[in-house]
Formats: sequence, structure tokens, C-alpha cells
Amino acid sequence: MSYHNPPTTPRKSATFDDYTLSEIRRAATTGIYDIRGAGAKRKLPHFDDLLFLGASMSRYPLEGYREKCSTEVVLGTRFAKKPIHLKIPITIAGMSFGALSGNAKEALGRGANIAGTSTTTGDGGMTPEERGHSKTLVYQYLPSRYGMNPDDLRKADAIEIVVGQGAKPGGGGMLLGQKISDRVAEMRTLPKGIDQRSACRHPDWTGPDDLEIKILELREITDWEKPIYIKVGGARPYYDVALAVKAGADVVVVDGMQGGTAATQEVFIEHVGQPTLACIRPAVQALQDLGMHRKVQLIVSGGIRNGADVAKALALGADAVAIGSAALVALGDNDPALESEYQALGTTAGAYDDWHEGRDPAGITTQDPKLATRLDAELAGRRLANYLKVMTLEAQTIARACGHNHVHNLEPEDLCALTIEAAAMARVPLAGTSWIPGQGL
Amino acid sequence: MPAIDLSTTPLRELNQSLHALAEGNNETEWEVLNPDGRHAVAVGIDAPVSVDIRGPVGYYCGGMNKQATVTVHGSAGPGVAENMMSGKVVIKGDVSQYAGATGRGGMLVVEGNAASRCGISMKGIDIVVKGSIGHMSAFMAQTGNLVVLGDAGDALGDSIYEARLFVRGNVQSLGADCVEKEMRDEHLELLEDLLQRSGITGVKPSEFRRYGSARKLYNFNIDNADAY
Repeated sequence: MSYHNPPTTPRKSATFDDYTLSEIRRAATTGIYDIRGAGAKRKLPHFDDLLFLGASMSRYPLEGYREKCSTEVVLGTRFAKKPIHLKIPITIAGMSFGALSGNAKEALGRGANIAGTSTTTGDGGMTPEERGHSKTLVYQYLPSRYGMNPDDLRKADAIEIVVGQGAKPGGGGMLLGQKISDRVAEMRTLPKGIDQRSACRHPDWTGPDDLEIKILELREITDWEKPIYIKVGGARPYYDVALAVKAGADVVVVDGMQGGTAATQEVFIEHVGQPTLACIRPAVQALQDLGMHRKVQLIVSGGIRNGADVAKALALGADAVAIGSAALVALGDNDPALESEYQALGTTAGAYDDWHEGRDPAGITTQDPKLATRLDAELAGRRLANYLKVMTLEAQTIARACGHNHVHNLEPEDLCALTIEAAAMARVPLAGTSWIPGQGL
Repeated sequence: MPAIDLSTTPLRELNQSLHALAEGNNETEWEVLNPDGRHAVAVGIDAPVSVDIRGPVGYYCGGMNKQATVTVHGSAGPGVAENMMSGKVVIKGDVSQYAGATGRGGMLVVEGNAASRCGISMKGIDIVVKGSIGHMSAFMAQTGNLVVLGDAGDALGDSIYEARLFVRGNVQSLGADCVEKEMRDEHLELLEDLLQRSGITGVKPSEFRRYGSARKLYNFNIDNADAY
């Protein structure tokens, strides 16, 4: 019997996998951290790890097409003279003109109008087109204060004070030189073509005690009419929400780490913040402990994709959700029809995230007029409206199956979890058991 | 001349009355009594009126002002005249942090001293301080002019963009990417005008030094990473 030297299969390291190796080479070659758009791409415990129980013997369902299941939401009932009334519990998250083309912003407004919901400005201020195309517009109040002025503040339907966002809790905005066109530069009062670094802290307040006074000022300027939201990234949701309530918010927005951004460091997106699923119950707990659940409304965002996600977020106690990345996909972002162009950019449809470079073949995350005109704002708006309506129908379908005549009547008792991690985060029992990990004996 | 006494009238009523003013109204001179350090006094005005506040105010006095002349006969708390668009805010005493933060237009005159972060993120406002200013002033200042007759604290103009800084006294230190620049004729003329409009006499533009951006951090370069 002869022994040759049988070769072992070449083995790649799980620690130093292909992506990791490519990132080391990229850093060594370029000398700059990787910057990209979108949210966390790593696998995280998410809504897919939850299931609805549905009605059976102990609860009875509502008749699918006959018995009403309402979806309307009122936001800003605590202090604002003019709360916002939405037909559906799905809003469009803040995205700036600058990050997005004017056409893309118009499409978001058109889609939201048809579906009966709100859109939100971003870092860079409010454009007249955006105000014109959005029936209900939330105006973001950001650390950079680009484009901030009292006239737009009064034109807004609500004001969202941005403390942080899920993609980068503790980080500021960033818009690289190639997207600072003449108009974007003018709106931000900056020289054209420079890297725009937005501050991560507000320039004129620090901490919740100051914020309370800042909110007083904004309410005084707008004669107490507008709902005031506070948006936080998914960092310490229990304390952040409690402090937002203390500071005087009408609405709190909690954005988990799957929430997208126009551009930030990859290391920030993937390594800072908590998954959306882990943020909801602590946020709701804070509202309940203060006796403010449903009085201060909670909007959850970060990785909401379909009506099941909406229903699950609401069942865990949110009043509404916000979508950003998913809305862009509905407009046409990362469409496989553009595969050859994505290939030319060194990527593939579904993976394109170099939104900061302004070369988006779909005409969405760009300031290049030629690329921007590729997006038909009316058609894209219609697509977004369709998608919002489908999501709403899906959430209603689930709510009826669980026996509820309003999507807000969904509750944690309607859910079970497929994994121990999801059970612990959502504080619902592991499927087939009565075990909620982390709740003690 | 309407006089509103904040010890008996709610703040809401004062601001609502000021917002209700349309251009060309007859009540162009307002007086506010007993402000007692209240916050958000005379914010969001958009009319060519004058408001004289008799005493000290808290946070954000004159915030987002348009057209009006707001005079505080006392000292002001943090964020005075924040995001001012136009008009004039004059503080007879000292001011706290973030004076004139993100201001886009108009003029802020501080007759006393200003604390830290004076002119932070300014976007077109003119700020004239007769006394001295604290540390980190003009941080990320984008455009506009900051004139200081006294001294400036540490890290003046850190991460500055295109704002112009004129300091007559000593500058403790300059922040990242802020450098002393040549004072040319156009700057002397600009300074002359700013001093005149803020009612300052007996001070010559030639007594000041000019500071602004070295523009080295405008586009990222890894070899400048220790400056961030």
C-alpha cells in the first residue's frame, strides 16, 4: 500500500474571510476608511425571527374583506395645536435633497400623498419642490442647521429634532465633494466641491435640560402649532426615550442600526448601535413607565420591508413605522434592470451602496442632472404609493387574523419568537414554550 | 408704545403679539419689563419693530429674528440671536455660550464679553463683541464676520470654512485649519463698516488681525488625520 501526499482542500479563514481581506487591501491602498450609504448589512436578529399566532379557539378573527380594520394614526397629540393625521402607520423617513436628487424627493412626496402619509426633509433644508409635492411634510432640525430658517419652520407640518440616527448614533452627516453641486452648496452655505462635514452635536444645546428649552423656543417661534418629534439612533432606547419625553417631545422616533444613511463610515454602520428589534420594547417600556404610551407617539424605523414588519413593530408597541431604504427600492434603487451599469461601477444590483459618489444609474442618489432625469417622478411616486398600500393591506391582513379592528390593537401576546435571541429582545415567548428569556423565573 | 410686563403677562402672549405684527403696523416700539432670565423672549419676530428688554434674559433671546431690532438692557443666556436671519440684536451686558449660533444674517452686538463657542457654525451673520470671547469660538463657521475688540480664547476658528474673524487683542490659540491671514484693503474697509454699524468709535481697523481658513481640511487626506 503506497501513500501519496493527498492534498487537503484549500481552506479560507472564517476570521479573515474574503470580504475582510479585501477591506484590508482597500485600506492599505487608499489610506481612507470605507464610506458608503445604506444601513447595517450584517445578519441581525430581526422581525423575521417573530411569528404571529393568529386567532383560533381562544380568539376569533375578523372577516377579511368585510370587517373593518383601521390604520389611521394621529401624531403629536401631547402639546401641538395641529397634530398630524395619517391614513396609514407608515411614514417616509428623513432623506435630504443633496443625498437624493430633486426628482427622487418629488417622487417620495407624490407617493406619500397618494398613500396618505408624510415625508421628511433631511440635512440640507427644505426645497420649494419638496414642500409643493408633499401634503404632509416633517422638517428636520439638525446639528448642521443647513438651510434652517423660520419661514420653512412655519411651512412645515411637524418638526423633527434629530439627535441621532440608527446608521450612526453619535455621528454627524457627511456629503462628499462630488455631490456638492451649485444648488446644494448654496443651500448649505458652503463652497462648491468640498467635503461637507456635519457636526454630530447641536451647536446651541447640550443634553436633555437644554433641549427642553430649545423645544420651548421652537414652539414659541411656531406658536405651539407643530408637533415636535425627537429622533434618536438605537443606542440606549430606554433612557433616550425617557429623556425625550422629559424634554417635551410630542413624538419619539427610534431608528435601529439597519436604518440607512446617505454616507458614513462602514465601521460606524456595522459596529455602532442596536438592531431595531432590540430597541422597541425598551422604548415602549420607557413610555409605559412614564404613563405616556400612546400619549407620546413612538415611530420605529430601520429595516422595515413589508406589512409583516409593520404589524410586528406595532404589536411590540410602536404607533407607526418609517421607511427609507425600502422606499428608495420602490422608486427604482438597485433595480436588476440596470445590472450592466452596476457592473460598470464595480458592483451588482442589490449591493450598490456608493450613494455618496453621486453616480447612481437609477437617478436617485445623485446630483448629476443627466442621471437625475432618468427617474420619472410621477411613475416612481406611483410605485411608492403601490408599495405603501400593499404593506398596509398586509398589516391589516395580519391584524384581522389576530382579531383586531385597528392595527394599533396588535399586542405582544399575538407573537412568538423563532430564536432565543429574538424572544429575549422582543420579550415574547420562544415558539412552543412559555419562556421569555431575560424575564427571570 | 406697548409695554409688556412678564411678571404678570405670560411669555406666550408676548411672542404671539410680536408674531401678529404685520409690516407697516403702528406699534413699532415695544418694551418688555421684568424678563427675569426667562427663555425664548422675543423669538421668531418678522417685522421692522424695536423691542427693548429691560433686564436679563435666559436662553435663545431673539432667536431666528427677522427685521426687528431687539435690545437687551442686561445680560443674555446661551444661544442669543441663534439662527438670526436679519435685523439687529444688541446686548448691553455679557452673553453666555453659543451667541449668534448658525446666524444667517443681520448683526449681533455684544457690549460686554461672550462666553465659549461665540459664532459657532455661523452662516452669514455679523457679530461684534466689544469685550472678549471664550474658547472654541467660530467653530465650523461658514460665512459672515466676527469682530472682537478684546481677546479670543483657545481654539479660535476650529474647522472654519469661509467666515472672516477679526481680533484686536490676544488670541490664546487657533483651532484646526485656522490661520492668520493678510489684512488687505478690502478687509480694512469691511471692518470699518462693521465698526461703524455697531456704533463703535475710537477704534481703528488697522488695530485688528485677521484669521480664516487654511482650507487644508476641505477634502480628506489621510496625512492630515491628526488634525481631525
